[in-house]
Amino acid sequence: MKLHELSLKEQLNGLKEGSFSSTELTKHYLDRISSFDKELNSFITVTEESALNQAKESDERYKSNKALPLDGIPIAHKDIFCTEDILTTCGSKMLSNFKAPYSASVVNNLSSDGVVVLGKTNMDEFAMGSSNETSFFGPVKNPWNKKYVPGGSSGGSAACVSAQLASAATATDTGGSIRQPAALCGLTGIKPTYGRVSRYGMIAFASSLDQGGVLARSAEDSAILLESMSGHDPKDSTSLNEDVPNFLENIDSPIKGMKIGLPKEFFERDLPNHVKSSTKEAIETYKDLGAEIHEISLPNVDLSLPVYYIIAPAECSANLSRYDGVRYGYRCEDPKDLEDLYMRTREEGFGSEVKRRILIGTYALSAGYYDAYYLKAQKCRRLVANDFTEAFKSVDLILSPTTPDTSFKAGEKSDDPIEMYLQDIFTIPANLAGLPGISFPCGSHEGLPLGVQLVGNSLKEAQLFQAAHQFQEATDWHKNLPEVK
Amino acid sequence: MTVFNESWEAVIGLEIHVQLATNSKLFSGASTNFGALPNTQACNIDLAMPGVLPVLNEEVLKMAVKLGKALNANINSPTSFARKNYFYPDLPKGYQISQMDKPIVEDGFLDIELEDGSTKRIGVTRAHLEEDAGKSLHEDFEGKSGIDLNRSGTPLIEIVSEPEINSPEEAVAYLKSIHSIIRYLEISDGNMAEGSMRCDANVSVRKVGSDELGTRTETKNVNSFRFVEKAIQYEIERQISEIESGNTITQETRLYNSQANTTRPMRTKEYANDYRYFPEPDLLPVVLEDSFIKKTLEQMPEMPNEKKLRFVNEYDLSEYDASLLAADRDLANYFEEVTGESKSAKLSANWIMGELSAELNKENLNILNSKISAKQLGQLIKRIEDSTISGKIAKEVFEKMWSSGNEVDTIIEKEGMQQVTDLSEIESMVSKVIDENPDQLKQYLSGKDRLFGFFVGQVMKESQGKANPAQVNEILKEKLKE
Amino acid sequence: MALSDKELKEIAYLARINIDKDSFPSLKGELEQILDLFEKLNSAETNEVEAMSHPLNLSQPTRPDEVTEEDQREKLQETAPSVQSGLFLVPKVIEGED
Repeated sequence: MKLHELSLKEQLNGLKEGSFSSTELTKHYLDRISSFDKELNSFITVTEESALNQAKESDERYKSNKALPLDGIPIAHKDIFCTEDILTTCGSKMLSNFKAPYSASVVNNLSSDGVVVLGKTNMDEFAMGSSNETSFFGPVKNPWNKKYVPGGSSGGSAACVSAQLASAATATDTGGSIRQPAALCGLTGIKPTYGRVSRYGMIAFASSLDQGGVLARSAEDSAILLESMSGHDPKDSTSLNEDVPNFLENIDSPIKGMKIGLPKEFFERDLPNHVKSSTKEAIETYKDLGAEIHEISLPNVDLSLPVYYIIAPAECSANLSRYDGVRYGYRCEDPKDLEDLYMRTREEGFGSEVKRRILIGTYALSAGYYDAYYLKAQKCRRLVANDFTEAFKSVDLILSPTTPDTSFKAGEKSDDPIEMYLQDIFTIPANLAGLPGISFPCGSHEGLPLGVQLVGNSLKEAQLFQAAHQFQEATDWHKNLPEVK
Repeated sequence: MTVFNESWEAVIGLEIHVQLATNSKLFSGASTNFGALPNTQACNIDLAMPGVLPVLNEEVLKMAVKLGKALNANINSPTSFARKNYFYPDLPKGYQISQMDKPIVEDGFLDIELEDGSTKRIGVTRAHLEEDAGKSLHEDFEGKSGIDLNRSGTPLIEIVSEPEINSPEEAVAYLKSIHSIIRYLEISDGNMAEGSMRCDANVSVRKVGSDELGTRTETKNVNSFRFVEKAIQYEIERQISEIESGNTITQETRLYNSQANTTRPMRTKEYANDYRYFPEPDLLPVVLEDSFIKKTLEQMPEMPNEKKLRFVNEYDLSEYDASLLAADRDLANYFEEVTGESKSAKLSANWIMGELSAELNKENLNILNSKISAKQLGQLIKRIEDSTISGKIAKEVFEKMWSSGNEVDTIIEKEGMQQVTDLSEIESMVSKVIDENPDQLKQYLSGKDRLFGFFVGQVMKESQGKANPAQVNEILKEKLKE
Repeated sequence: MALSDKELKEIAYLARINIDKDSFPSLKGELEQILDLFEKLNSAETNEVEAMSHPLNLSQPTRPDEVTEEDQREKLQETAPSVQSGLFLVPKVIEGED
């Protein structure tokens, strides 16, 4: 078996056993990146020299028996995480020359566990998008079919893991940006409970919705990485002050008796047959594994999309005000006065989707509209969250398709913002409620993967991993890999 | 109620920004020290680098709780932060973290003393926490401005009064009261010239007896008590003049020019001030446990009002004297130390408000830098009380203490300034004076009572001022009768 | 939901984003479409509902009042567009905001 075909867990074992070195593994990935990524465009920055240095240090630790928990595993970081002295662009012209002066807590956590960082992955600009077509650094291609999108905003992380250019990658999810690309690229993507992963150093889009997570090829792999990333961070006031459990502890335990809820509002939607059938098959698999299937209701879940598209833009309109050409980042040429500096820097530095969302957000917060839009949306958010609280009184997990369809062709939806927003109808509710969600492969249609999503109750990532892992023990969908030429 | 131009009254509200004297900033661990080189106290959080997040300084909560108590206000728990959005180069995030609903302090009041001795209650609507902005420097950069973010993120508490102030004098009394409180609580040094206390005045006018509020203007850039008074006076007169000329008042922000003693409108765009406040998502609601509040209040010093009352009762001082001495915490402490030493509160008060104040003012010194310590002043007064020296001589001793720094007994000894209290000595001096002045004696005995003073003066001269005046009087009276 | 030209201009100014004349109409159309989405919220009954600002039901932690950051000016100004004598330079600022 080729090195890149091994799972992260297998690679870790291989390194521990001395079957191969981290330098070998890292070089192998770097070679693949130079061969295949020109077309895929999943990386913005490849940090070849430092990766090889890190691999070398890792090998030395293995030799002297001082190996760290994830020592030598080559991963990639979504370019939304600040990495000290390394270009951190957030997929935007605004930060196209920005070398971060510090590293995100997540980056530090993983580095202290010994990972090798291959580089920074491409993404939709400022994490706004579902197709990775808004990046200043060009679109990313889906390794399954290069005419198709990998999903977004973590399209680069998804494409590079799917094309086996890294063992796994970090990513972020505000409305589905981990789970939707996972589904479109045949990967397992986890968005943990809000507050589980520190947001310090994770460039902010919508503060009360953003969460860092993982894109990997299996539930087990993603659990391993998530555990290293998670934990309380005093630098992030919204970080949970809870111990990080061993996410793998119960992963092998059978899920007999676990109650899985199917929200009728989701299943009543008009969906393509292949989505319906693959989801149905997944449900059957769970029945075979001994889970109990219940119909539940999330009566207010249809409010999620408008709620999200008020709250996220409102928060982002403020979070992105700092990009003004004064202290770092892009600055327009020859500003004639202060106003010109702001107006032109922001006109030129931001792409259209970002500008649209900033304007919508500004509008929703403006005098005269605050009550009708922002405040109303916050109240409706409470309704959506309450529905989940109620549902979790009778079930352990909630299942649904991850996306309304398989991937779509590049350019197909980029002219229609609303069409694009509909990609996230199944994923957004979990962000609003701050709940953990995982997506994993459950089928294929015309060569493109399909994903199914499980949402768990607060702090119940271990249960999600267990349910997803059991599914992956019983099926092979996650083992399918695209042919990368 | 003060009336202006015969038929107008003024409605004034003050917004006072107080810089809190913490070691580190409100939301970051950078230093708040004054006077550092530009941008050497601005960490990545203060610079609004991508990805940074705010973490709350616990000391500001203690300071706000104490202030709330001193303002007779409610402490809100939970209390939350909000974003106030606007663009300006000294505001790195493009929003200021402030408080909107549920500010930490709400619904208080302050009783101020007016010039005629009466008190007036001014409502305090709220006091809320917020971060300070940086500074813009305009010289030396050929058409550009230089931004220094050292001050960015320094904690402020903004105290908002109800519009219950009705004259410039009342405004100053209120401002001085706040100043006294924040210094007492040691939460700020309240230095208006340096900007650690800033005052904005909202002013409107209306006809006496009217219920409706006039359009108000906000006046900024007043950095002393005196200027606050003058700026408000100017603005009141300007508004009255405008209305009487048939014009309307524009709601706007105006800047005070201290040299010209005028205000003028600030040049900002309309609709530029929609701040789009919304709850700060990076900070959770702050819960102040009862035990925390209790412990904090236990650490509160005695406040000016309480101290004043105690001075009146314990030391039998007049309200006026007590008020003056209690206004400044350091002065009050000095007074009590002097009294402790001298055992005479009245004399201590007099000397502090008289001679000592004069010297301090002359040399522009603060009580903490007084060249005569409280103990030393106390001893001086003791020597008056025990008749070692007369009150008149004491003034000379005081001056010598101030300039030399020597102890009172040392100076009395060295200069031989002891009072003459030996009766026989005084008797002989009195006899001598009477013998040497037969004409005046004759005139006195024939009815010119005024000449008694002449004899007193001569005896004092004879004794080089050292004779005890009371004894001189007594003995003279007796001798002259003979 | 209609958005007037005036409103769009005002919002663009509040957000300090210049919109060139040519892009104006299409942007306006796109925004109006998004605003239509929001109509859905009108039917929701929210009178007794408390607004949700945070998914966590927790309270704010604090940090001790200690200086923990040292002078990092050189590093932090490395990527600045325009710096002189340690100050960030911008076109001349005429009047103060708050």
